[in-house]
Amino acid sequence: MGSQGGFGQSKEFLDLIKSIGEARSKAEEDRIVLHEIETLKRRITEPDIPKRKMKEYIIRLVYVEMLGHDASFGYIHAVKMTHDDNIHLKRTGYLAVTLFLNEDHDLIILIVNTIQKDLKSDNYLVVCAALNVVCKLINEETIPAVLPQVVELLGHQKEAVRKKAVMALHRFYQRAPSSVNHLISNFRKKLCDNDPGVMGATLCPLYDLITIDVNAYKDLVASFASILKQVAERRLPKSYDYHQMPAPFIQIKLLKILALLGSGDKKASEQMYTIIGDIMRKCDSTSNIGNAVLYECICCISSMHPNPKLLESAADAIAKFLKSDSHNLKYLGIDALGRLIKLSPEIAEQHQLAVIDCLEDPDDTLKRKTFELLYKMTKSSNVEVIVDRMIDYMININDSHYKTEIASRCVELAEQFAPSNQWFIQTMNRVFEHAGDLVNPKVAHNLMRLIAEGFGEEDDTADSQLRSSAVESYLRIVVEPKLPSTFLQVICWVLGEYGTADGKYSASYITGKLCDVAEAYSTDDTVKAYAISALMKIYSFEIAAGRKVDVLPECQSFIEELLASHSTDLQQRAYELQAILGLDANVATNIMPMDASCEDIEIDRSLSFVNSYVQQSIEKGAQPYIPESERSGMTDVSSFRSQELHEVSSHALRFEAYELPKPVMPSRVSPIEQSSSNELVPAPEPSYHAEMHQVASSVPSVSDTGSLELKLKLDGVQRKWGRPTYSSAAPSTSNADIPKIQNGAPQLDAVSSSSSKAVSYDSRRQQVEISAEKQKLAASLFGGTSKSHKRQSSGSQKVPKTNIPAAEKSHVAKNATSDTAVLERTPQPPPDLLDLDESTVSSSAQSLDPFKQLEGLLDLNQDTSTLTTSDASASGAPDVMSLYGETTLNVQSGGVPNLLPAGRDEANLLSGLAGTPNRDGHGENTVTNPTQQLNKGPNAKESLEKDALVRQLGVTPTGQNPNLFRDLLG
Amino acid sequence: MLISFSLLFEDVGASITSSSICQIHFVLLISRQGKVRLTKWYSPYPQKERTKVIRELSGLILPRGPKLCNFVEWRGFKVVYRRYASLYFCMCINQDDNELEILEIIHHYVEILDRYFGSVCELDLIFNFHKAYYILDELLIAGELQESSKKTVARHIAAQDSLVETAKEQASSLSNIIAEATK
Repeated sequence: MGSQGGFGQSKEFLDLIKSIGEARSKAEEDRIVLHEIETLKRRITEPDIPKRKMKEYIIRLVYVEMLGHDASFGYIHAVKMTHDDNIHLKRTGYLAVTLFLNEDHDLIILIVNTIQKDLKSDNYLVVCAALNVVCKLINEETIPAVLPQVVELLGHQKEAVRKKAVMALHRFYQRAPSSVNHLISNFRKKLCDNDPGVMGATLCPLYDLITIDVNAYKDLVASFASILKQVAERRLPKSYDYHQMPAPFIQIKLLKILALLGSGDKKASEQMYTIIGDIMRKCDSTSNIGNAVLYECICCISSMHPNPKLLESAADAIAKFLKSDSHNLKYLGIDALGRLIKLSPEIAEQHQLAVIDCLEDPDDTLKRKTFELLYKMTKSSNVEVIVDRMIDYMININDSHYKTEIASRCVELAEQFAPSNQWFIQTMNRVFEHAGDLVNPKVAHNLMRLIAEGFGEEDDTADSQLRSSAVESYLRIVVEPKLPSTFLQVICWVLGEYGTADGKYSASYITGKLCDVAEAYSTDDTVKAYAISALMKIYSFEIAAGRKVDVLPECQSFIEELLASHSTDLQQRAYELQAILGLDANVATNIMPMDASCEDIEIDRSLSFVNSYVQQSIEKGAQPYIPESERSGMTDVSSFRSQELHEVSSHALRFEAYELPKPVMPSRVSPIEQSSSNELVPAPEPSYHAEMHQVASSVPSVSDTGSLELKLKLDGVQRKWGRPTYSSAAPSTSNADIPKIQNGAPQLDAVSSSSSKAVSYDSRRQQVEISAEKQKLAASLFGGTSKSHKRQSSGSQKVPKTNIPAAEKSHVAKNATSDTAVLERTPQPPPDLLDLDESTVSSSAQSLDPFKQLEGLLDLNQDTSTLTTSDASASGAPDVMSLYGETTLNVQSGGVPNLLPAGRDEANLLSGLAGTPNRDGHGENTVTNPTQQLNKGPNAKESLEKDALVRQLGVTPTGQNPNLFRDLLG
Repeated sequence: MLISFSLLFEDVGASITSSSICQIHFVLLISRQGKVRLTKWYSPYPQKERTKVIRELSGLILPRGPKLCNFVEWRGFKVVYRRYASLYFCMCINQDDNELEILEIIHHYVEILDRYFGSVCELDLIFNFHKAYYILDELLIAGELQESSKKTVARHIAAQDSLVETAKEQASSLSNIIAEATK
């Protein structure tokens, strides 16, 4: 097989990789791989393959599998290779099995023996290789086979082995906690291992253990805190430093553990305050890793017993994150804000503009995170704005996983904080319209219930207003194409119940609409069932009112269609409708009383009203009733039932048939029950009903469901509905009232101007919406609304002018003033998060114009960037790389507020990502670490060598991916 | 009538959160053309699912602009990615994990690769993917970071290589030179 190439593989394999690299489509790639599979299948079964070649075949199998194809035919060969004595082959075999097999694969049993042997090997590298496999492949059944050896290895002289043994034991614990329960104390011991790598690895299992049982580890709080202190004081070997931070990954792990231990425990938390404060001060917020540690500190602070000083520094750190140009930091800032907001709600207020910026950001990830934050800080005063925003966003996303989530969040917030029923209904309508199929159907029933119940108070006019507006909105919506089924059900129900209630719309108009719906969604039986029930209600209301009913031709044909329907449910409803059409006003009122959907139906389970009838019949010589349980043999009743069952099963192919009988119940049962208590029922029906009773007794009994259904499933709803929110707000229900009252209180404290509450509320809303627009729009939009906004717009024009000549120091000063401004503002009462209320703004207007502030910050960034750039170019540095290196240094040494370095760092990172010759993350390294620079010296030479080598082999990549030779770090 | 509909809706999120014991669920290396360079699965994903995951994620990550977050939300998880030249390193983590830390773990890995291969480029990883696996195994185990010292990892890999090299007859390959240089 030809010459060995420079990469240690045969020409054949290199060719394969090359041809896959050059494949222009997935199909072509698949063809090549399938061909390769064929070749391998043939070759691998040949007798007497040299081991070296076999090794290559295995690597080729790994490659094939990595590309997403099935290489299972070769698994057994990989397993065989693990048995080899040559460590070189053994390692390859082990690598392949860890990649091929999952923990419950049958072949594992063939490896266990080898693993056992290898764990005892004198060569620690063999032991390490075996432990790698143990971590991946040993399952619950095979744990006992290797457990004693793994435990023994915890005391191995090589730290690499001890470390992997700890990880293996951790893995066992994750797989089957019971198997290693008696060994857990080993983790505590290993925490004191003199190798920092082993100690670091031990933190993983301890973190898991503490997550499960915090109390058992409270005694370790002091130890963890002291380890963290030592790490932060650079007591660990220099090799654990990462970008000038002392062992940051270990710090982060420790902080996570401390967060768990300090949660809700004042005593434990007090032991941590000092060290966490120290770390936050020491964190280098110019590097990613520094910010990662800082973020972890914030998480820790937000989870442990609150400490005002730490909270303050956490808030400062969040402010830095949010002001950063880096999206990553903004994202973390938003996330951290969401964590801290539970402890100190007022801090969100300082960042409202930053939050709105993130909300407007084109980056979807950031936007979603921001919605998560908004979700966390929603209250009755800002629910309208937030839910509005969420719905707007929801409309435009395609990812159904996230759409479902955000839709359910909208619903949850609306249910919890709705300021008025009207608003709730409108909001729900929007949610249903755009994500109806993704919302839990319970929500639909809540909505119906709400419309039916109204405010639950005596105020009937408000209720009927609410209903009329619902009817009106539904009549408007119903003509739109492709509405979700759940929503249509709500629409039909409401139209049937209240369509003609206010007399605004004629019965024929409503029935026409209902028929249109039924026709447009003729494949949806549930909707049709709702539609026909609605028709039934409207006609009986008409009859009850003494008006003449004329059935529209399309209604007539709809009814006829249903009379012949395959669905027994639809058929039943259609027949009932027909029967009702023939009744007189008196009966109709009794069957279908107007607006009775909320009334409880009393059910006489003992059917006492038929007693006299029964008595009569018995007197006439009829057989007395024998309960079913006491009967033997076939009776009329059971035969009837079997018939019924048979009927149902004859439609078994229709899948909908199973769900439909339930929706039938209320409308069928209610008239009967209601009327039966009046003893107005024709004889056959109650008996049928009684039958039904028994038939369905395995399911929740019919009468039960009936009564429940009519009330629209009240269970659990009452609690959720924050009735107190609006019942406290007096019976008057105008939309703006409630927020006004709640907003009013803080305003009265803070406001000097005496603008009317209602106006301020309106303007607040307007402002929120506007400020959420892009900044450019803001100036023009805000110009007309109020004085303070005028100032803003003029301010925004002035700022650049004043800033351009300004030196860095003035920026610092400026920044400081704006910072103090923020601080000044903190103690102010208004709790509303997005409350950009005029009053708040004007009270501190001179020093604090949010827009001005923001723009000042933006300018600041730009300015310094130009400044530093010119500096660098002046110093004659020719390449971008060193330029960035210098700026970073400048910034660090200059002691400029951290905001700037963060910006710089981001630029650095981004240019690295963009693939420019700037050395990402090495900006500092190049300068501070000359040895590494030297190491990196022959880069060009090396890559040229590689290039030449590859060309020799004939695997030069074609023009398709010229980046193949580009250094990843370059 | 209300109960029946709930059958249609299954809790989509439930299946996801159940199996999230490890910190990192998988590591993916994808080229800008969407070609797979390396995959390592720490949580169980069947082969079919893997292909789907890779397809979904390349569709999600590759079109993202350079200025955006290095994180994407995906199926209730978070995927942290970072681009180096034309190669994307992706790691999938739980919702509430520290994204920036993972971003630095990626960078840590790349720095180790860089040290090992000597200014690593995509081609190195294409032809030596098994070595990239060995290095990854020294860095992460069972989805957790096992070693955060570059030097320790490098030393360990070098020890393995020297054993391997002596076992080999032929020398003078490029990787050999590099291994010696990094010793």
